[in-house]
Amino acid sequence: MRFSGLRVLKEGLTGNKGWTPHWRDPEPRSEYDVIIIGGGGHGLATAHYLASVHGITSVAVLEKGYIGGGNVGRNTTIVRANYGLPGNSEFYSHSLKLWEGLEEDLNYNVMHSQRGIINLFNSDGARDAAARRGNQMMSQGDDAVLMDNAAVRKLIPYLDFEQTRFPIYGGLYHPRGGTARHDAVAWGFARAADQRGVDLIQQCEVTGIDIVDGKVRGVQTTRGPIRAKKIGMAAAGRSSQVAAMAGMRLPIESHVLQAFVTEGLKPCIDTVITYPMGHFYISQSDKGGLVFGGALDFYSSYAARGNLPMAEHVIENALTLMPMLTKAKVLRSWGGIMDMSFDGSPIIDKTHIDGLYLNCGWCYGGFKATPGSGNVFAHLIATDTPHEVAKGHRLDRFRTGRGIMDEEAAGSQHNLH
Amino acid sequence: MRVRNKGRIDRSKPVSFTFDGNNYRGFEGDTLASALLANDVRLVSRSFKYHRPRGILTAGSEEPNALVTIGSGGHQDPNVRATVQEIYEGLEARSQNAWPSLEFDVMAVNDLASPFLGAGFYYKTFMWPRAFWEKIYEPIIRRAAGLGALSGQPNADTYERAFAHCDVLVIGGGPAGLMAALTAGQAGADVILADEDSLLGGRLNLETLEVDGQSGAAWAAGVAAQLNAMENVRVMTRTTITGAYDQGTYGALERVNHHTSVRNGKAPLETFWRIAAKHAILCAGALERPVAFQNNDRPGIMTAGAVRAYLNRWGVAPGKAITVFANNDDAHRTALDMIDAGVHVSAVIDSRAEAEALGAYTLIRGAHVTNTGGRKRLESITVRSASGAQNIATDCLAMSGGWNPTVHLTCHMNGRPTWREDIASFVPTEGAIPGLVTAGACQGDFSTAACLQAGAAAAAHILGCDMADVPVGDDCAYRMEPLWAVPGKGRAWLDFQNDVSVKDIKQAATENFRSVEHMKRYTTQGMATDQGKNSNVQALALLADATRRGIPETGTTTFRPPYSPVAMAALAAGAEGKGFMPERFTTSHVATKERKAPMIEAGLWYRPSYFPIKGETHWRQSCDREVGYVREAVGVCDVSTLGKIDIQGPDAGALLDFIYTNMFSTLKVGRTRYGLMLREDGHVMDDGTTARLSEDHYVMTTTTAAAGDVMRHLEFVTQCLRPDLDVRFASVTEQWAQFAVAGPKARDLLNGLLDAPIDGESWPFMACGPVSVGGIKARLFRISFSGEHAYEIAVPSRYGDALFRALVKRAEKLGGGPYGMEALNVLRIEKGFITHSEIHGRVTAFDIGMGRMVSAKKDCIGKTMSMREGLLDEDREQLMGFKPIGPVMQLTAGAHLYEEGAEPVAANDLGYFTSVAFSPTFGHYLALGFVRTGAARKGDRLKMVDAVRGIETVVEVCHPVFFDPEGERTRG
Amino acid sequence: MRLPCPLCGERDLREFYYQGAAVSLTRPDPDAGADAWADYVHLRENLPGDLEEMWHHAQGCGAWLVVTRNTATHVVKGAKLAMDTKRADTKRADTKGART
Repeated sequence: MRFSGLRVLKEGLTGNKGWTPHWRDPEPRSEYDVIIIGGGGHGLATAHYLASVHGITSVAVLEKGYIGGGNVGRNTTIVRANYGLPGNSEFYSHSLKLWEGLEEDLNYNVMHSQRGIINLFNSDGARDAAARRGNQMMSQGDDAVLMDNAAVRKLIPYLDFEQTRFPIYGGLYHPRGGTARHDAVAWGFARAADQRGVDLIQQCEVTGIDIVDGKVRGVQTTRGPIRAKKIGMAAAGRSSQVAAMAGMRLPIESHVLQAFVTEGLKPCIDTVITYPMGHFYISQSDKGGLVFGGALDFYSSYAARGNLPMAEHVIENALTLMPMLTKAKVLRSWGGIMDMSFDGSPIIDKTHIDGLYLNCGWCYGGFKATPGSGNVFAHLIATDTPHEVAKGHRLDRFRTGRGIMDEEAAGSQHNLH
Repeated sequence: MRVRNKGRIDRSKPVSFTFDGNNYRGFEGDTLASALLANDVRLVSRSFKYHRPRGILTAGSEEPNALVTIGSGGHQDPNVRATVQEIYEGLEARSQNAWPSLEFDVMAVNDLASPFLGAGFYYKTFMWPRAFWEKIYEPIIRRAAGLGALSGQPNADTYERAFAHCDVLVIGGGPAGLMAALTAGQAGADVILADEDSLLGGRLNLETLEVDGQSGAAWAAGVAAQLNAMENVRVMTRTTITGAYDQGTYGALERVNHHTSVRNGKAPLETFWRIAAKHAILCAGALERPVAFQNNDRPGIMTAGAVRAYLNRWGVAPGKAITVFANNDDAHRTALDMIDAGVHVSAVIDSRAEAEALGAYTLIRGAHVTNTGGRKRLESITVRSASGAQNIATDCLAMSGGWNPTVHLTCHMNGRPTWREDIASFVPTEGAIPGLVTAGACQGDFSTAACLQAGAAAAAHILGCDMADVPVGDDCAYRMEPLWAVPGKGRAWLDFQNDVSVKDIKQAATENFRSVEHMKRYTTQGMATDQGKNSNVQALALLADATRRGIPETGTTTFRPPYSPVAMAALAAGAEGKGFMPERFTTSHVATKERKAPMIEAGLWYRPSYFPIKGETHWRQSCDREVGYVREAVGVCDVSTLGKIDIQGPDAGALLDFIYTNMFSTLKVGRTRYGLMLREDGHVMDDGTTARLSEDHYVMTTTTAAAGDVMRHLEFVTQCLRPDLDVRFASVTEQWAQFAVAGPKARDLLNGLLDAPIDGESWPFMACGPVSVGGIKARLFRISFSGEHAYEIAVPSRYGDALFRALVKRAEKLGGGPYGMEALNVLRIEKGFITHSEIHGRVTAFDIGMGRMVSAKKDCIGKTMSMREGLLDEDREQLMGFKPIGPVMQLTAGAHLYEEGAEPVAANDLGYFTSVAFSPTFGHYLALGFVRTGAARKGDRLKMVDAVRGIETVVEVCHPVFFDPEGERTRG
Repeated sequence: MRLPCPLCGERDLREFYYQGAAVSLTRPDPDAGADAWADYVHLRENLPGDLEEMWHHAQGCGAWLVVTRNTATHVVKGAKLAMDTKRADTKRADTKGART
């Protein structure tokens, strides 16, 4: 079924009786060309691009819960391409271009809203770092505007420009940045992949990876064994668990990142705003809730929930920056499991096991990467060569020291990007 | 309509308030909801999507409909539940999400278009043309969405945060909670009893049940008095436990002054508590669930428990002709209480064929309410039974689909509640929150007697003490048969605020959103401000039905913190403005401010940007002048913000050898050395000078930014890697005030001030040692961050202000003066000294030209990993200096570098500038930066492109030390 | 979250700084080779369940602790001074070395 305004009209007039499943619930076949472990955004996108770009449709996405139930459904929905380091910069640029055509590609309204994102800065040094980043973005062909205090005042006059603890010197504005409806991204990719013949197998937990003579043969699952020529791991926060089934240890620590939403409010924030002092970021959803987050809780966790100290600190950021938010009420807080790599950048690479591919280390930047990640991972799996924009995301970079992309410059000792 | 002799309001104390500009009167003890009902106000809000008229549904914080805005200006508080807000004299409430008015809301047109706006419609349309989403569709959707509005102003009210600790936290002050608190209190435990309500007693205040032969409310008041008299019991009313966190930590919101007109900026409006409890007993009661049937959302349709709550607690009959529709015996109490109070009950409709009347009212058994009439207030209901359909006139329908235990807090740590068939609802799973037990209705025990007993038993169990005497309470059984939705046409509402109907759930199932989470996200069921408290269980049951699965198999409901929404002002009280983080001031702060120096933030510290003098209109004038002080006479600068760590012990040298890349154990006493510190991954962590004051006594300096990190690093190394080292250290950053005295006349300045003069022989470059200033013991270091003959002099902080003033006075006599951060930055760039702009976390010693400082003779932190092949690659970007040679002489930090003829695109990128300054010494800009292959490019011409600032020029690659490369001035 | 400092008693999470798995106690010799160093600095088991990890009581006594905590449930099973753990490990290694 093709979605359109006309279709909605027709169904509305005939009692909405004609709607059909967004995707099938097939029984797993005994063998596929490719198995993707993890039915989150990246796994689903990988399946979609395997089918749509590379014509590989004998694909199963194995999901232990329900599709889109991980970080793709738990994030703060920000989409941007404002990375400062070579390697990441071109990758996210590529990803944003895919976002810009995603609705047509998927025939699904993911509500990608290019409402602009501004990264504020609070010192001369931070301005220079922002300029460096902006120049990287522009040299990549993306958009960046370095704003001074006056320009920021014009764009977002409701910040505290007088009393705030760390005065706002300016901001790096990225007009093509914005948000998207996170669940819709998962569902859109799922539906598109399903329509091309990809089997989405939910409630199917992978319990083992079969490797013979250094080559993958298939997986063991809670729904029986499934053979495959190639296996892609896209398990985000649980990447270490999946990799352990192949006897691998990863340069990954899983951490909890909290996110928050307020009750619905009339429109008050039109752009995405980030504030560096506490990694704070905020936008307003189309429903009116203020969606925001901050830094990690700073301890390893698989619990997908956090504690009060960071929750309070995140909101402290909000209040010193935007005192007008003071009476907004936090409706819900939740947590996601972040696969924190040791340089804050992802790993998209082959492994030492033939036919086993790795996609992890997204830290808290995975959502905006969804189409890009799926696209380049599909390329890697299909062609056995890294995609041009992801050739730096090597697994061995920590061991060799070559090509480390330390976005937050925090180093591996603290591993807290 | 008020009912005589009912309720716990104080009729001698009338209270005036307004709603949508109309004046009303209530009484002290009223909530806004009870007072509006007493004034026969039915329509209080519009629903979120279809803007359908909505009235009050409940009598508690779970209210999904009656959300209003209270106050205005900086007091404006949106989305306040009228069912929780107590009225006070002068309270101003306004309706939300309706335009132009609540009575006539044009957005109600959405309701007519509802066939096209069903579950998930927006995912299927608005895709074309692409640019329309941001420009047309989204703005329209955003304007229509949202509930209340923020004022746009800062808070005019005060909020607080606080900590509390206790042995036992009792959550909820109903019969179970009261008995738990009483038992624990009598056993001598430190108890906190928290309840959302202003009165203890829970449903005892809302019912006509008896306890120990007296009214439940009276009994509760008696126990409350007992508890209040116990020193070890803290009773916190108007306090909601908002979240359960690890190791017995609970968040709690106390609404301290919401019920009063006190807005004096002193007494807090709310306090957010973090309570650390050794044990917790959840006695949170239960919430009644509505039944889904066609048009079950009209103003006047309420939960049955709420209808009698308004009668019993507030003396209000929510209608003149009450009807009841239920699937359980409990709801019949509503009819009984109404009849007792002299209010007419038209009929009780019970879906159970076997239901029996418990009093003198008309019972229609085995029947359903299938539709209702009346737009802005309920006028009639249609009842269908075996004998056919009939219309009954009524202005208040009390509905009940049964009760759901308040399991919410037990889900906050990922606990999934357990389905219990007999009550057709979820109960908490044991152990869901470590240290928390549940008792009473929240555990599915619905009779008063069971609650009283369970509360006492829970406390006795966890404390190993005797139960308080358990009084006699009502013990009638809870009898119900599940009824989720009445079959039939039309829209039967589940999530009242978000306008989710039974049809939406079925459509979601049809479209294969079969998982509870999928259904919820696709339909928005349970995502409104009540977070599904009123509707999740029904929606789950209907999804189970639509997908032909059992309820436990379909899934479970889960809830996340907070239990009810909490104002950001409370969660982060005190963080507005400067309260966000502490402010640190140097000892020269006052003297600096006296000179009108603009202060800039350096971490938590404040430091002077520059010291303006009369006639200067631009910071560059001041800066250039201050640079001149140092280059030509003498300048004084407070450098106290640098981290200072006092290190002592026989192994102090060994520790430093392990921490720094270079050797310190060989440093002579009385000498200072520059040191470079790596992270274990081989990248530069920090740098600074460390002085050896005696054989086993060093003082380390760190950069301002890394002071805390380095201190922690030393703790790590000494405790976790080298506990064998006999060494102790302490941060003395705040104990010593330290000032740089720099310039050709630096020694002249000091020699007028020190008790004994110094000379070049006794104080050569990098010397250090004790000196005396005005009889005060001080430390002098001959170190330089400017390339000039310079010292740093340190005195105990209490003398800092005096010394700074004395130094500046003498400097001015010598043709110099104080200098700030701008001049300091220029001086160090001229000399090629690095800061964290250069050692920004991604560079190695090799990158900054200090590869040779990594001693080959010893191990140190980071050494092995710094030798990874990729970190020693000649192709890496390395630190160099740059000067302009193009027509444009301006350089800018953050600019990128390219070959002169190359396109400025990412693939051609060679490097970037980290620090830039206009050098008055050289008369042009200078830059430090990183460029690929570094030193090999010395003398090359490169293109500098700063696209974001629109500046492009040509630069020459130079050695990073521009000024006095031989160091003659420093040593002289 | 609250952690039991062996010196100060149970304290709020706010007082502590986290630094990952307690593998950081077993720093390899400088010449242990690339594998050992890659292991030490970058590779982690990172599985849900009990983890021995490093916490610094930064806003308290300054002690580094080895805390045993379950990363799936956050249940804390205990805490020791890292210094004691390190000394015991060193002693064990020395004894072992002496025997061989």
